[in-house]
Amino acid sequence: MPNALDVSYIKKDFPILHTKMNGKPLVYLDSAATSQKPKQVIDAIDTYYKEYNANIHRGVYKIAEKATAEYTESKIKVGKLVGVGSIEELIYTRNTTESINLVSLSWGDQNIRKGDHILISEMEHHSNIVPWQILAKKKGAILDYIKLNDDQCELSYESLEKELAKKPKIVAITHASNVLGSINDVKKITRLAKKNGAVVLIDGAQSVPHMPVNIREIGCDFFAFSGHKMLAPTGIGVLYGRKELLSEMQPLFGGGDMIRTVEFQSYTPNDLPWKFEAGTSNIEGGIGLGAAVDYLNKIGMGRIREHEKKVTKYALEKLDGIKNVKTFGCGQDEIEKRGGVVSFSIKGVHPHDVATIFDSDGIAIRAGHHCAMPLVTGVLKEGALSRISFYMYNDESDVDKAVSAIDKVKKTFRMS
Amino acid sequence: MPMDMYVEEIISHYEHPHNKRKMEKSDADFKEDNPLCGDVLTMHIKVNDGKISDISFEGTGCAISQATASILTDHVKGMKIQEVKKIDYEKIKELIGIDPGPARLNCATLAIKTLNGAIFVYEHKKG
Repeated sequence: MPNALDVSYIKKDFPILHTKMNGKPLVYLDSAATSQKPKQVIDAIDTYYKEYNANIHRGVYKIAEKATAEYTESKIKVGKLVGVGSIEELIYTRNTTESINLVSLSWGDQNIRKGDHILISEMEHHSNIVPWQILAKKKGAILDYIKLNDDQCELSYESLEKELAKKPKIVAITHASNVLGSINDVKKITRLAKKNGAVVLIDGAQSVPHMPVNIREIGCDFFAFSGHKMLAPTGIGVLYGRKELLSEMQPLFGGGDMIRTVEFQSYTPNDLPWKFEAGTSNIEGGIGLGAAVDYLNKIGMGRIREHEKKVTKYALEKLDGIKNVKTFGCGQDEIEKRGGVVSFSIKGVHPHDVATIFDSDGIAIRAGHHCAMPLVTGVLKEGALSRISFYMYNDESDVDKAVSAIDKVKKTFRMS
Repeated sequence: MPMDMYVEEIISHYEHPHNKRKMEKSDADFKEDNPLCGDVLTMHIKVNDGKISDISFEGTGCAISQATASILTDHVKGMKIQEVKKIDYEKIKELIGIDPGPARLNCATLAIKTLNGAIFVYEHKKG
């Protein structure tokens, strides 16, 4: 097992973790929504603007060359992090949502016909539901769902097999749930889906920031994730696409950078991946993401995963021991199957009231349907849930503070 | 200070809401929700001589949304519809005695939105 993380050392790199919220030291337990940023990432963006701000791919002067090199270098770093050797297969987008929409709008538009099946799961975030609903409606296709097992921990393989028998054209599944924390065996799901002739997309928004991920090993055709959940700024996301598929896909946006030549009535598209990156790119975002990957590598993805498992197990042990508190997802004894996300409810108290009382203690948590309404209201039968989620900068002391805040909630609402 | 929201008055109305019941033969009903939070309210009104002669609500949600519904229904009973229509957010804050802040604004305004919906339905039924 890798060496344990030194959280107090890591915390020094995150300026925001030394600020106060409502007069109390900030305890940030909402990294599944967005991660905080280390000073190394903030400094990289700062340096770009102060020392070599220029547009990329066109300037012939020194700072433009440097900006282009840093931006391209960031893709090489991202590729190494997730096991992709060629940057031709890595497209920068705004976020996971845009990455998935790029696939549904381009690949989906060219390949989905009336009566085709599209397969997703009950565990998906809205970003991996709504693009497929839009596509299905436009094409007259059928959207099917892989069900959750009764234990509300894992996807049902029985349901998967049943749905795959309908020969879906595409299977789009989350790697890790932002509500339950469940980590799906995407390698196995990809193998089964491909055996049935489907194209496979994996939503890695909640996995890439928190664990070692190798896209080639998974074997999927598309893989989407966001920079802002992995220490990088907002507005930069990634779509991996297998070259064979990307080459056949039409660009979504036309404009500068995505072309090789333009004549009065026609254009020839640029090489991959630039064919899909029209207009001036989010240069600071790319450079920030490169710095974020450097930071993640310095800590080590294996160590981050082990650390989060330890903190999550501690959180489940504590929360499961509190009267009138219910946690969701895989149990303490199945910690291998879950990431650093713990959704919970307190009997008789609405999650927004829970989050407001946490806020008064300086603790940031999420309350609501977590952009997964079909799962939260349809499957779990809850109006809303409270959620704490962890990253490398959280430890057991943060869990203890959350437990004290739960106690405060119960006192406020006069509960035992 | 957000903690100041959970004053005795709010908790007490949340635990023991006033006017929370179904209504037989209402003149108008209206349902409204905050899908982001999962707060749901239905308002029932009876109108007599341009005044709210009876009012009740049903619903689920956070303490702020439910306590505000309880306090507001108490307040408007017997009031002229035209006066109810003038109730703005400043008045709501005065009635509930707290400032919910921007994050909880939707919770505190759900009751008056729902009531205005019921009045709209009543006036359109009447023609």
